[in-house]
Amino acid sequence: MSTTAVEAVELGKAYGKVQALAGLSFAVRPGIVFGLLGPNGAGKSTTIRILTTLSRPDRGRAAIHGIDVGEHPERVRRLIGYVPQRPGFDPVATGLENLVMQARIHGSSAKEARRCAGELLDRFGLTAAARRRAGTWSGGMQRKLDVAMGLMHRPRVLFLDEPTTGLDPQARLDLWAEIARLAREDGMTVLLTTHYLEEADHLAAQLVIVDAGRVVAAGTPDELKNGLGGDTVRVGLARPADAARARAALAAVPGVGETVSEGGSLHARVRNGAAVLPVVLSALDGAGVELVAAGVARPSLDDVYMRFAGRSFAEAEAGGKAGVGPLEVVPA
Amino acid sequence: MTALTHARLLSGRSLRTLSRQPAYLLFTLVQPMLWLLLFGQLFRRVAELPGFGTGGYLDYLTPGVVVMTAMMSAGWAGTTIVDDMERGVMDRTLISPIRRPTLVAAGLTHQALVTVVQSLIVFGTGLLAGARYHGGPLGLLTVLGCAVLLALVFASFSYAVALLVRQHEALIAISQFLVLPLAFLSSVMMAPALMPGWVSRVARFNPVDWAAVASREALQVDPNWTVVLQRTGLLAALAIVTAWLAVSSYRVHQRSL
Repeated sequence: MSTTAVEAVELGKAYGKVQALAGLSFAVRPGIVFGLLGPNGAGKSTTIRILTTLSRPDRGRAAIHGIDVGEHPERVRRLIGYVPQRPGFDPVATGLENLVMQARIHGSSAKEARRCAGELLDRFGLTAAARRRAGTWSGGMQRKLDVAMGLMHRPRVLFLDEPTTGLDPQARLDLWAEIARLAREDGMTVLLTTHYLEEADHLAAQLVIVDAGRVVAAGTPDELKNGLGGDTVRVGLARPADAARARAALAAVPGVGETVSEGGSLHARVRNGAAVLPVVLSALDGAGVELVAAGVARPSLDDVYMRFAGRSFAEAEAGGKAGVGPLEVVPA
Repeated sequence: MTALTHARLLSGRSLRTLSRQPAYLLFTLVQPMLWLLLFGQLFRRVAELPGFGTGGYLDYLTPGVVVMTAMMSAGWAGTTIVDDMERGVMDRTLISPIRRPTLVAAGLTHQALVTVVQSLIVFGTGLLAGARYHGGPLGLLTVLGCAVLLALVFASFSYAVALLVRQHEALIAISQFLVLPLAFLSSVMMAPALMPGWVSRVARFNPVDWAAVASREALQVDPNWTVVLQRTGLLAALAIVTAWLAVSSYRVHQRSL
């Protein structure tokens, strides 16, 4: 058995003139939840499509448990389960029929397929609805059905593309619990993409941050956050035009490191937030900079993203460039 | 063996889907009757012209409407592929162990079954309306065979177009653009002897005409089997080519992903 469950090496792919992947590499060890975190359009779905044999890279290579996806797609398909970003079930069929179909395609007997479907329906709390058409189910139930369909043939690696997008908070928490259980109890390797920072933070044992088709940071969520060193002081400016003056004032405060301005707010890296905050406030006051908000935060994955991609996650999602964006009031 | 199981599972799924859409199912079954009765009434007196032989116009028209119905309903076959793409079912199917030729074969099996049922409805409607067919069971089987082959040709073509254009609007436009002209540029409604010269020349290259000619011939009192075999041979060859085209289109589609 290979010690690497998923390996991507220097993957590159372009759609026309759009460079979706620009040399993306990472490796996943077996039995963990691995997160591919990045804003929309970063190349996450393209990566998953290559790893699941759905599309081919222009360059680079990828392997699942040591089996090359380009050379032996049919062998890879037996090892993996895939839950696409869009729902991938048949809405006219019942939940049970969808699951049974999936298992039978992978070679189970009718009896075995029904037994396995029964187990998964039970596990995901879908038994009561099993004989209703899946098209009539709630969004949360449909998403669970999608995940269950990806599990019917007991894959060793499960790919989840944006598993909780569009779910209400309760359904999201439910699904998080199930995903965590897959790795913890079943020893499955789960690779998920997400553009929710808190999802990656909560679920992923290891993660890579993807931006513009390449990996900009890798590690456990804690490593990434601790790697920034210290806390973040965030202040919201009453007048965005004050940004340059405010940065100059902050640069003079001892203990303040790197400062990034984004729209109407400043994020400053500091060693000890609680101690430095009063000094920062008086320095800004002295420089005549008026504030609408101020606060100290432990580093978040958003800070990690900002550090490596040069812009905040929300901006990247909106397709903005570094340093320009709407006035953002940071809650203390 | 795996391929057979897959094909059975997939065509079972599409028949189930059809059975759960009663409105669509009803339309599928009523449409063939409508064509026969409509054209049968509209052109009833055409048969009085020399060139149609001795029987009534319905006798002449029935095999033509059988193959025309087969073509029209198969022309829509690709819509299920576009549906699957829009629903995300396609991605899941493509990374399953099902092979591409099996996907096409399963769809064609479904279409063949639908065609047989529709054809029998047309025959039944014709009988009730007073048409009389010769040729016995062999004649009937030949007509069903021609209808199925023509359905395979158009269904495969429809799959290929669906995989390449990926949207309902374009698929329907292309299908509509072909279907009616092909029906009218054939001997489905009009005896070959009465067509303008250029139409009968074009018809010689029209698969709808091949199916119509072979079907009518098989229902004669004394069929010319050479004509029947020639036309069904052409249809079978074309069906193989278009099915191959559909399989290749899956590969083209996947390369663009």
